[in-house]
This record gives sequence, C-alpha cells and structure tokens, in this order.
Amino acid sequence: MRALRKLFSFNGGVKPAPHKAASIAEPIAIAPLPERLMVPLWQSTGAAALPLVQAGDRVLKGQRIGAADGGLSVAVHAPSSGTVLEIGPQPMAHPSGLLAPAIVLATDGEERWTELEPVNVGGTPPDALRDILRDAGIVGLGGAVFPSHQKLRPGAHGTRTLIINGAECEPFITCDDMLMRERAAGVLRGAMLMKHILQAREILIGIEDNKPEALAAMRAAAGSEAEVVAVPTRYPAGGAKQLIRVLTGIEVPHGRRSTDYGVQCFNVGTAFAIHQALDHGQPLISRLVTVAGNVARPRNYEVLIGTAMREVVALAGPRPDTNRYIMGGPMMGLPMPGFDVPVVKATNAILAGSPTLFPPAPPEQPCIRCGDCARACPADLQPLELYWFSRARNFGKAQEYHLFDCIECGCCAYVCPAHIPLVDYYRYAKSEVWAREREKEAADAARQRFEFRNFRQEREDSEKAAKLAARNAAAAAAARAAADSPAPSATAAEPAEPAAEGQKKALIAAALARAQAQQAAAPPRNTDDLSAETQAEIAAIEARRQEPATTANIAGGDATGTSATPTAMPAAADKKKALIAAALARAQAQQAAAPPRNTDKLSAETQAEIAAIEARRQQAARLPPEPAPEPPREPPLEPPK
Amino acid sequence: MLSALLVMTGIALAIGAALGYAAVRFRVEGDPLVEKIDAILPQTQCGQCGYPGCKPYAQAIAGGEAEINQCPPGGEEGIRKLADLLGREVKPLSEEHGVEKPKAVAVIDEQTCIGCTLCIQACPVDAIVGAAKQMHTVVEKLCTGCELCVAPCPVDCISMVTQAETVQTWKWRYPVVPLRVEGKRAA
Amino acid sequence: MMHSPFLRPAPGVRGVMLTVLLALLPGIAVYAWQFGAGILVNLLLASCTAVAAEAAMLRLRGRAVGLAVGDLSALVTAWLVALSLPPLVPWWLTVLAVLIAIVAAKHLYGGLGQNPFNPAMAAYCAMIVAYPALMSQWPAPGQLDFGAQLDLILGGPRNIDAISSATVLDALRTGLRTPGATVDALRQTSPFGAVGGSGWEWVGAAYLLGGFLLLARRVITWHMPLAFLLTLALVSGVAWLIHPAQFAPPWFHLASGGTLLAAFFIITDPVSGATTPRGKLIFGAGIALVAWLIRSFGAYPEGIAFAVLLMNICVPLIDMKTQPPVFGHRGGESP
Repeated sequence: MRALRKLFSFNGGVKPAPHKAASIAEPIAIAPLPERLMVPLWQSTGAAALPLVQAGDRVLKGQRIGAADGGLSVAVHAPSSGTVLEIGPQPMAHPSGLLAPAIVLATDGEERWTELEPVNVGGTPPDALRDILRDAGIVGLGGAVFPSHQKLRPGAHGTRTLIINGAECEPFITCDDMLMRERAAGVLRGAMLMKHILQAREILIGIEDNKPEALAAMRAAAGSEAEVVAVPTRYPAGGAKQLIRVLTGIEVPHGRRSTDYGVQCFNVGTAFAIHQALDHGQPLISRLVTVAGNVARPRNYEVLIGTAMREVVALAGPRPDTNRYIMGGPMMGLPMPGFDVPVVKATNAILAGSPTLFPPAPPEQPCIRCGDCARACPADLQPLELYWFSRARNFGKAQEYHLFDCIECGCCAYVCPAHIPLVDYYRYAKSEVWAREREKEAADAARQRFEFRNFRQEREDSEKAAKLAARNAAAAAAARAAADSPAPSATAAEPAEPAAEGQKKALIAAALARAQAQQAAAPPRNTDDLSAETQAEIAAIEARRQEPATTANIAGGDATGTSATPTAMPAAADKKKALIAAALARAQAQQAAAPPRNTDKLSAETQAEIAAIEARRQQAARLPPEPAPEPPREPPLEPPK
Repeated sequence: MLSALLVMTGIALAIGAALGYAAVRFRVEGDPLVEKIDAILPQTQCGQCGYPGCKPYAQAIAGGEAEINQCPPGGEEGIRKLADLLGREVKPLSEEHGVEKPKAVAVIDEQTCIGCTLCIQACPVDAIVGAAKQMHTVVEKLCTGCELCVAPCPVDCISMVTQAETVQTWKWRYPVVPLRVEGKRAA
Repeated sequence: MMHSPFLRPAPGVRGVMLTVLLALLPGIAVYAWQFGAGILVNLLLASCTAVAAEAAMLRLRGRAVGLAVGDLSALVTAWLVALSLPPLVPWWLTVLAVLIAIVAAKHLYGGLGQNPFNPAMAAYCAMIVAYPALMSQWPAPGQLDFGAQLDLILGGPRNIDAISSATVLDALRTGLRTPGATVDALRQTSPFGAVGGSGWEWVGAAYLLGGFLLLARRVITWHMPLAFLLTLALVSGVAWLIHPAQFAPPWFHLASGGTLLAAFFIITDPVSGATTPRGKLIFGAGIALVAWLIRSFGAYPEGIAFAVLLMNICVPLIDMKTQPPVFGHRGGESP
C-alpha cells in the first residue's frame, strides 16, 4: 500500500461551482476533418516558428511546416495532408484581435501521414531528445504553452521530483480528466519518459479529489511507478506553483525555475504528447478541447490544431444566444475576438458564452478596502494595494508590492464586492512595465550608439586635420625646394612645373592607395560595436547588394586605373566574405545554444528579418527552396564574376 | 547684546565653515542631474528640441536654458517624468517643436536609392549601412525614428513607416472606468 | 470587452453594507426597548439626511448618483452616527453630525473608499468638541416616555433634571474627583448596572450578537475586535490590579460606553482601517490603548472616537510595515 503523503496547503483560493459534470457524460470524440486549417506560427511562449513551406506546396499530415526559431520556440506541423493555400496574417486566438502570421492549409481528406520515426529513447542523449521534442512542437498543454524542452533541463542540483499536473481546477474544463480516464497508460508513459530525461527520482501525479474516476484510472496505470495523490479541490490548486506547494511544500518564487528547487511540473496533456512524440514519432498536431458553456451537448473533442473554433463548437450544438467564445476556463480564460479564430496548442477549452451565462461585468464601484481579495489571493499578495498602484500608473510601487508574483488566477476579482476588474489592472500594469523595459533597452542602445558616433566623428575630424597639416607641410617644403633652385628664369621654370605636377599625382595615387588599403583592412566603421545578429543582418544586406556593387566597383577600378585597386578589391571581397561567414556562424551558434531567455523579442524580429531577406535572395538566385533543418541557412557567398 | 551678536556670528561662521568643507569633501564629479534627465529622454537624437541630441538638451534643461516640453518623442509622459524629477509644472508639449507621433522607422526604397551616403551621414545612431554608390539599408532594430535621414535624401527614397502593433508587442489596455456621468463634463 | 474572470458571484458593496445594517438591528431593538423609541426617530432622521447629502454630493462631484446611493454605505454611516450620539439630542445636532460625516469626512476626501478617517467618529468628535453639554445628556432606562423624548428631539425646552445627565464613564470620572471616592463605592450608585451602565449592558450584548453575525458572514475578520477587546481588558486589568480604587475593572470597560459597538461595527470600517492581518491586530490594539488612556486620564469620558481617529492617521504606515510575506518570498525555503 502506498504511504500516506503529507500534503501542504496554500493560502487563499476560492471554490467556484465546478460545472464539470455535463462534459464528462460522453467519451472523447474525434472532431471531423475540416476543409481548411489555419496553423499560426506563434503558438508558444517565445519566438514564432519560421515557415518551411510556400503557398502551393503539398504537405503531409505531421510534416513540419514551421521550424523552431531559437531556443525558446518550437516547430509547428501540418495537422493533415493537403495544400498550402497561403502564408500570411490571419485571425489569432488572442484577445487583442490582431492578425498574426499563419499557414493556411486546404485539406485533401486523405490524411496521408508523413513518415513517423519512433525514437529509441534509451540510446539517445538527453540533448538530442530535447531537440526532438522541440521539433515535434511539444509545449505545455495546460494553457501556458511554454516550450517543454526548455523545462526538461535538470536544475543545478538535479531534479528530485517530477510532478504531473492533473488537478484541472478551472470550472467547466474536463479535458485532462477525460484524458486520464481514457488514456492513462499514455500519460504515465509520457511521465516515465520525462523522468528519464530529467533523471528525476520520483513521479507525483496530483489530481483534485473531485475526479474519482481519473484518480482510479491513473492509480491503476501507475502501479508502483508513480504516486497518484488526491489533492483538495480548491481553485487554483492546478496552478503549477500551487500544486508544487501542495505536493512538496516547496514554494517557487517568481522568476526562478522550479528545477532549481528540485521539482518540475508538467500537465497531463503534455505528458501524453511527449509519449506520442517519442514512442510514435508523432508531432503535436491535435489536442483535447472541452467544449462547454452555452451549448446543448458539452463534450470533449480531439481537435486538429488550426481548426476554426466555430466548427468545433458547432459539434456541441451552440445555443442561438451565444455571443462570444472564451478560450480556457471562466476564471483565467481569454475572450476571443471572433468565432473564426483557430484552435491552437493553448486551447484547452472553448466556452460558448451568452449574456445570461456570463453576464456583462457589473459596474465597477470604489474599492472599500475590505481585504477579501487579500484573503483569496493564492500568492499572498495584497491585491488592493496592487490595484491602487496599477490604477495610478505607479508601476514602480506596484513592482515593489510584487506585481509579477501575480499569477492572474482571478480569485481577487472573483470575490471583489466592488466588482473591480482587478486582473485587468494587473495585466495592464504588467504589459506597461514590459513595454517600458523594451523602450529603456532601445533608448540605452541608441544613446550608446549616438555617443560612439560622436566619438568616431571627432576622431575622423582630428585625423583629417592631421593629414591636412602634413600635406601643407609637404607642399611648403616642395615650394621651398623650388624657390631654392637657382636661375629663376622663364625658360628654366618650365621643367619645374611637370615635376610639381608629377609630385601631386604621386601624392593623389598614394592617398588613393591608402584609402583602398584602409578599406580593405577595416570593416565599415559604423558597424564596429554591433551585436552578432545585427552583424549577420548587415552581412545579409551586403550580400544582397553584391551583384550591382561588385560590377560598379570593378568598373570604377578600371576607370581610375591606379595600381592599388586590382589588389585591394579581392582582398576586400575576401575580408567581407570572411566577415559574413563569421557573423553567420556566430548567429547560428547563438541560435543553437541560445540561453533560455524569457522573451527576446528584438532578437526574434531580427532573426525573422534575416530569414525573410534570405528567402528573397534565394528567390533572386533561382535556387529551389530546400527544407534545411536549421535556419538560417548558409547563403551563397560567392559574388558573381 | 554684544554677546548675542558674537554668538550668532560664531554660529554663522561655524556653519559656513562646515558647509564649505562639505562642498569640497563631498563634491560630486560631473552633473548627476544631466544624467538623470538624459535617462528620461527617449534618445531618438532627433534634434526636434532644438539641440543636437538628447544629451545637449538634457544639459540645457539642467542649466535652465530649455523648457521641459520640447521633446515630442518623449511625449506627455516624458514631460511628466521631467516635471517630477525637476519639481516643475507639467506643461503641454510645445507646438513649435512638433507633435507626439507613434513610433516609426525609416525605410529606404532599395530600387530608388542611388547610394549618395547623405542619409548615412545624417543618421545620429549609425542605423544606416551602405557605402558610396552602393544601396543603403536601414537596420530597423537600431532606427530610433528621428526622421533626420528623410530630408537629406536627394531622391526622396526614404519613408517613415509606423510600427504596427503585433500580437507580441500588444499591451493590455487600461480598464475603462465609467465613474463620471457620461456627457456631463463633455457638454 | 469583458475579461476573465467571467464569473462574478460576489454580492457587491450593497450586500456587504446590507449585512452590516442587518447586524445592527438586534442592538437597535434592545436600545429602543431599554431607552425608548426616540432612537428610532434619530435613526430615521439620520438616514434621510445621509441619503440626501450623499445624493447631493455625488451630483456635485459629477458621479452617477443611483449606483453610489444604492450601495447603502451612507446608511451605515448614518446609523453609526445616530447610535453613537446620545439618544435625545435635538434634531439639528443629529442632522449636523450626519452632514459632517457624509460631506466633510467622506466626500470631501473623494467619496467611498477614499476617506482616511472614520466618518462616524469624525462626526462624533466634532460634536463632542462643539456641543459638550448636549453630548453628555444620556437618559436612564425607561426614564421618559416616547412623547417626552420626541419633544426633546424636536427641540423642546430641556429640563436637565429630566435627563440623567451622565453615562457611567462620565459618572465615574466626575465621582473619582471627590476625595475618598472609590470605584467600588461609585458603582453602587444609580447609573451603574451589574457590569457596566444600567440598561447599556443589554444593548452591548445585542451588539455582540450582531458582531458574531458579521464574523459568521465574513464581513469582518476576527483580528480587529479581538485585538481591541483583549488589549482593553489587558491594560485596564493591569491598572485595576495595581490600584483597584482608582481604576475600573476590565469587565466594566468592556461592557460600558461604546466598547462593543466600536469593537464590531466602528473600528472594523474597512476603508479607514488597516488591511493586513498583522496591521489589523496593531490597529485594534492601538485603539484600545488610546481609548483606555483617554477614559482614565483624558479630558473626555469616552475616548474611543478620538482613539479611532488617531489610529486612522497611522493606517498607511501600519499597512506599509505589515505587508505579509508573498508566496515564494518567505525565506528559509530556497535551496
């Protein structure tokens, strides 16, 4: 028998009505294949994937159509076989309502799979396994969509405990419950694989005690391999930090990785996806979605990523007064900007909303400082103070009061008697802080470059002045020499003139040679202190300029006819080539070994730009696009002769 | 009476000496105020304020020569921060120096560019690459949107493109609070 | 667009205030039973004034009137003012007190949620400073019939003898000034009951009942009442043990004056009070300490109102210094 585990508790939390019974009456159903699939390139925390296909390409089910861009990014795959209709901005499952790049597929109904290769997990090093998971598009399926391969790195002191999160505390959502009931063995297999990669010692599977069937199914599957623990039902027990606290007593602060504390937490859906990726070679192209809310037949469906939400909800029979969709649960879910947004990897549930089911928010009243929010906060924050500072746009003070420890669970707004949309204020404050940090970084960089430019200009000016002085001195010396020569007659003066002219010519030639040599020796000076990716970008731009530039240079060299040009030109070209190669190598190295930065959006943009420029150049060079494994690809560096 | 005068004089002298010593002993190199002002300025180096860059403008503000409302890229918020820092009144942005615009970057039409390098010389942050008779390109990431390159271009091939909001840079809006009676104040 | 959470089951500010009004009813009933129905006239007067003042101020400030009046917060303030004042003060005094509470102490600071001082207590302090004589005329139980009470309230001639002119706290204070008087001897005299003031003990018990309702409905937490009552018992008990002739026993302090009304209804005003758990304890204890000091050594017989205002000033500091540790930042558990 399993020993009774001592459970811990977190403060706060609420107990909303579960609303779960309706959607677990029927088993999981497979949603029918839609005619059109819209696969967004940005489906995980971090950078968007880079497209590997073009409009008109035929793709197979499971074929990788977008490659991971850097360390904090994952690949995306064709959910079914068909033809790429277009790659461009499409509606996105995001509350902003903005368009985002997506690959649109017309399915052919054949469901022809690409070749799937199961992975020999035992014989593959962990680093390679992580790469496989990245290329299989595995992200956290609990809703946070953080790339899983990044979470599968053992911490500094190793990982002791692997926690599988089956708590599923949000009302309405039952996809994890149904997954555990029907596919317990797969979930457990995924957990075992993760335990192997993390070299963890134990697996704890935390499930809220309101899911007895899932508990029984997981216990039956787990045997002695993992411990299935029933945790008290209280929202947000399924928050990663809260579940870690309940099961191990460890509190992971904001900004720290839980592996540093010897634990790591994954959703059950992620475990199942990892099992499919490694044991069957199947990338993440579908997920379980709970369709509930204002529908006649709430149920869980296995839905292909990219299916329009409208088509999924239609299966469950939406009632006519449905006025919007919510992605996720009622506590943390995001309102969708329309009905035609695609199902993405983050879509654990689609709630059909109506004015009666989710009535419009009551008018906001003044905060009476009752402190209910502080009692409900699972992060032990003082939401009323955070609200005060966020509302007053006093972001510094809000951060002092641990704004970023807020997990946006919604408990505070749920209990607020004044109906203040507290979480909205925190989200606003957080995104303002992030924007300010981006601006600050940009401003600091601009200041540095401005100062460097001023410094360079001063240096150039002084150099120029020095050169001028030297030339004046030389001219004065020549004039003196001419004056000193004897017989200043009209006829005797004649040969002196050509001599002086020859001297001037020699001077010009020497200056030109110097300039050329300098050009050959030094890279363009205003790009001295650029970062690797920017240099790579410049290199790409220069390469694009090669064709007209080289011919112009050669022509110019012929015209001037100085002896320095023919030797300087190849030297310059070689130097440039070397530079480009070096920059690309640097960029690639950086990409391959990119540190797990949370959001390096600038870098992402730059890299996307590189890719775009390269694609353009390749088109120009009439090279067939090859599905290279690692972007950016090696560009053709030879300048056309 | 005399003793009181002497005591007061003595105290004045002592305090004066202490202040004088402190001024020498705790002297701060450079002007930290200029640095603080410069940190608030947006570093576009656009010169719209009438000074050749953000640092000179910061020096002018610190020296009391310039108003705090001459920086259009910094906008309302920049003025508010400067007012906070300097304990001055918040003023609306001075119209003669320009208007607040959304952030834009310069884009060179690569087909039209003749490679004259004038824009390269104009760019205060070296965000344009290229050489004589070669096509130039703006490195978008480095461009501050100062527009200084637009005017020098002899073939008008540089345009300012407003940076669109993307899903990644999208910000949550300030929650709408209809506390006041609608239309009452507007009327 | 509405964002998560989409479920908002919270009863609203109106619900909170309604619970407070409900919890006051037992106290009011016992009050009227012991001291006559005059208090009901005062309550009505105060309520009407408060609602009118609230609506007027909201209109002046350009806010939506309906929603804010509907939150019932003005009614709570009005009732607390009326229950704090002596029951037979002339009508204009009640009206003035409520106007001070609503207009000066609440709306001039920005309305509900913004006032740094407890409005009811601010009004009480203003009245006791401005009209000390009227504010110290308290009747004995069953002393006057409703007609006589109404007459007094409506501004009829005030025959001071008709009104037993002091509370027990006042009687104790004046009595102890005579040489040789002891607390025990004084407590045998007329206004004193078994524990506190005659008749007032019952009202206090009813407030206690209402307080338990507030606790049960989670409108207030236990921190403030407990810290307040315990500290009051502790300091008065220590003084009483040292010098029983000069200091009243702790149970007398707990049962007399506005102690129980304050413990559950006045100091627990969330807007002007501390919000952190530790802050609430400090806030309650501080009020008790200052109140006892004023009762025992100060110039006024009842010190709770001044104590509340004094501690209101300290609230921002208390809250700032008592921020509870945040999840993950408790220390000692990092690797």
